[in-house]
Amino acid sequence: MDLCQMTALELGKKIQAKEISVAEATKAALDTIEQRDSEYNCYITVCKEEALKRAEEVQKGIDEGKLTSPLAGVPAAVKDNLCVKGMNTSCASKMLDGFKPIYTSKAVQNLMDAGMVLLGKTNMDEFAMGSTSETSKFGAVKNPWDSNRVPGGSSGGSAAAVSAEEAFYTLGSDTGGSIRQPASYCGITGLKPTYGTVSRYGLIAYASSLDQIGPLGKNVEDVAEVYKAIAGHDPKDSTSVKQAAPQFTLKDNVKGLRIGIPLDFIGEGTEPDVKAKIYEAAKILEGMGATIEEFHMSELKYAIPAYYIIACAEASSNLSRYDGIKYGYCADKYDDLTDLYFQSRTQGFGTEVKRRIMIGAFVLSSGYYDAYYKKALQVKALMKKAYDNAFAKYDVLLTPTAPTTAPEIGKSLSDPLKMYLSDICTVSVNLAGLPGLVVPCGFDSQGLPIGLQLIGNAFAEETLLNTGYAFQCNTSFHKQRPNFKTGKEA
Amino acid sequence: MDFETVMGLEVHVELSTKTKIFCSCTTEFGGDPNTHVCEICSGMPGVLPVLNEQVVEFAIRTGVATNCEITRYNKFDRKNYFYPDLPKAYQTSQLYLPICQNGHIDIEVNGVKKSIRIKEIHMEEDAGKLIHDPWDDCTLVDYNRCGVPLLEIVSEPDFSSGEEVIAYLTKLKAILQYIDVSDCKMEQGSLRADVNLSVRPVGSTELGTRTEMKNINSFKAIARAIEGERARQIEVIQEGKKVIQETRRWDDNKGASYAMRSKENAHDYRYFPEPDLVPIEISEEWIERVKNSLPELPEAKKARYIAEFGLPEYDVDIITSSKDLVKIFERACAVCENAKEVSNWIMGEVLRMASETNTLPEDITFDAANLGKLILLVKGGVVNRNTAKEVFEKMFTDNVEPEQNINEHNLKMVNDDSVVLEVVKKVIDENPNSITQWKDGNDKVEKFLMGQCMKLLKGKANPAIVTKVLLEELQKI
Repeated sequence: MDLCQMTALELGKKIQAKEISVAEATKAALDTIEQRDSEYNCYITVCKEEALKRAEEVQKGIDEGKLTSPLAGVPAAVKDNLCVKGMNTSCASKMLDGFKPIYTSKAVQNLMDAGMVLLGKTNMDEFAMGSTSETSKFGAVKNPWDSNRVPGGSSGGSAAAVSAEEAFYTLGSDTGGSIRQPASYCGITGLKPTYGTVSRYGLIAYASSLDQIGPLGKNVEDVAEVYKAIAGHDPKDSTSVKQAAPQFTLKDNVKGLRIGIPLDFIGEGTEPDVKAKIYEAAKILEGMGATIEEFHMSELKYAIPAYYIIACAEASSNLSRYDGIKYGYCADKYDDLTDLYFQSRTQGFGTEVKRRIMIGAFVLSSGYYDAYYKKALQVKALMKKAYDNAFAKYDVLLTPTAPTTAPEIGKSLSDPLKMYLSDICTVSVNLAGLPGLVVPCGFDSQGLPIGLQLIGNAFAEETLLNTGYAFQCNTSFHKQRPNFKTGKEA
Repeated sequence: MDFETVMGLEVHVELSTKTKIFCSCTTEFGGDPNTHVCEICSGMPGVLPVLNEQVVEFAIRTGVATNCEITRYNKFDRKNYFYPDLPKAYQTSQLYLPICQNGHIDIEVNGVKKSIRIKEIHMEEDAGKLIHDPWDDCTLVDYNRCGVPLLEIVSEPDFSSGEEVIAYLTKLKAILQYIDVSDCKMEQGSLRADVNLSVRPVGSTELGTRTEMKNINSFKAIARAIEGERARQIEVIQEGKKVIQETRRWDDNKGASYAMRSKENAHDYRYFPEPDLVPIEISEEWIERVKNSLPELPEAKKARYIAEFGLPEYDVDIITSSKDLVKIFERACAVCENAKEVSNWIMGEVLRMASETNTLPEDITFDAANLGKLILLVKGGVVNRNTAKEVFEKMFTDNVEPEQNINEHNLKMVNDDSVVLEVVKKVIDENPNSITQWKDGNDKVEKFLMGQCMKLLKGKANPAIVTKVLLEELQKI
């Protein structure tokens, strides 16, 4: 078996057993990137030299018995909105041209402490705003299952990199589905943890009250291991929950697990193949001893407007600091201070980012605050209550991740409202701050992957991961691989 | 038509916490530009704030000392605007739930007592400083001040004169210094006042259109700014025009205010709750603990000084208006146990020297215990009062120890009758004209002769003895 086909934990085990060196693994990953990335465009920055140097360091740590994590020595990549000291961090935007952070984000630091070899920074929608990874300054990411299709977004590069075997695992961020939807489109496993579980320190903010960092990997075991490494209280993040880092061993038993299917997640726009595969997945879990019940969550119809109001409002404020003065892009010509702001931001931000900043500034402006932002916060509270009611009856909710499989490149951006509506299955989870796990559950008639979303109660990641693990123990969708194209051949 | 003035104040106070409000950088004033900064206070991408609990403690202290209700459930909000001194392009402040509300400070102007209501006190972060470099024609940014904690103390529009404003600010400053939350150094910008002012015909109950004056950095400038703006608004109205609601910048050098560009006025701050901070809940116990730990405040101290020491109200007012004068007073009293005498020295020599050397009370450096010693030396007849004043000047400027200074410079009072007698005889011999005048019944000459004797005695003699001997000798003529 090709080294890069291994899961992160399989590789980690062989590294600890000295069957494979960290350098070998790193070179293999870098080779795969070299062969495939010109086709898929998963990476914005590949740090070849640093990675090879780091591999030696990590190998030394392992040999000296200092690095014992099952992830030690495993090459990985992180989304380009996570700050890494001294490494270009662009959020895929012209606005952050040449920006190198002076500090490393907490989640990345945690993985470094566990012995990660960082391969580079993955491509994404500009400032994590988008569902297709087409709005990047560095060009669109392509779906390894079909290069004419998008990988989903905004963590499209992180998802495609795992799918294309260009990284053993990756970190993404999820504000309204940005880990889960690309995981679904790319046929991999992804977890959006409970809000406050993983420190956001060093994650370049899109919408502070909704953003959460999470892992993407080849299977639930990998994702669970990375989750355990990045979670835990961080005094530098006031919204980080004061609880110890999670420790658990996965169990493949779902006997007696009460699973609810909220019917409102499967609306008219849901493709028949997606619907069919979700129900088949439910049958599989039922066959393993879980109980399945359908129910209604009518509040879901408010989720998309509320999500876009809150996210855009916070984004309009969070992105104000990019003014052309301190770092990043600055316009060449301007008349005065106001014009410097105007020109730099007009030229530095892409269309979708500008659209969301304007929506956000509008909904917060005096006279409109009560009608939009305040109402949206009320919907957020309502959504949380709806989930509380659901979790009084069920342990886990089962839904599609997106109404469709991956759309073709170039078909989504022209109609932003339609694109926003395709977030129906994911955004409410962020509004309620809950964890969501996506596992592959089959393919549509065109052979494109379909992801099953499992939603858990707050801090019920263990239940969620056990359910996903049990599902993968009894299925092989997650083991399917695309037929890779290499940029060189093409 | 007669007009009356209606004013409200917004006072910004920099808190004297060791570290900034959302990071662990020092709040120390000065320092080379951009040396007191980190990724958090310079607003780098991806950073998050963590609230300094001391700021909350200081805010509660201030609220309790100004008779406010303390808000139990607190939140921060973002105030969004673009300016190069604000690296995040929003200021984290409190709009919806300020930490203190509905307080008051009592003042007295020309014997009339008045209560000024405090609408609210909220916590926020300071911005950096812009420095214009005229040589290179560019503007430079110093972020050292970014994130220094501030309290904004907002009064109701209860002021009707500049004197009331000054009395309020004096009292507020004293309170803040007593409770140790700020050094209130206006010249360093740690206390800044914005004045909202409107005028209306006497008897009218409706408020006129107000203007806000920013950038005023001394009590005297505030008094001038108020007078100037009041006159300007009355003139505008009398010309039949309307006062425009706007922010004006007071230029104290030119003695005039001017409107800031309309763009600067057209802010919509797009306030919304700060999502990166969690709400702060303040317990009853916390408030109680703060209440019990507050020191004696100016009002109470003033009453006690009057009752306990029988000091004049005017003197006590001045002494208790400054924490530093109180310190001098209490330390000197502890040494000499003569409150009346200490008070006289402070009102006289200490304030005279302070004004002559342009020293603010907080910058006075001499050891106040030495003032107590000096008072004892005068009382014990070791030095006379005039020499003591000279010694005090040395104390004030160089912090000398009085007894040592007296010995070193041989300043002890001359009490020896024979020495005095010799000098008196010499003066009588050398001033025959004056003696003739005295014989003609001109008593005033005595003072002149006295002065001549003291001069020869280098001012060190006991004046009572000189007077006695001089009169005795004159009688003998």
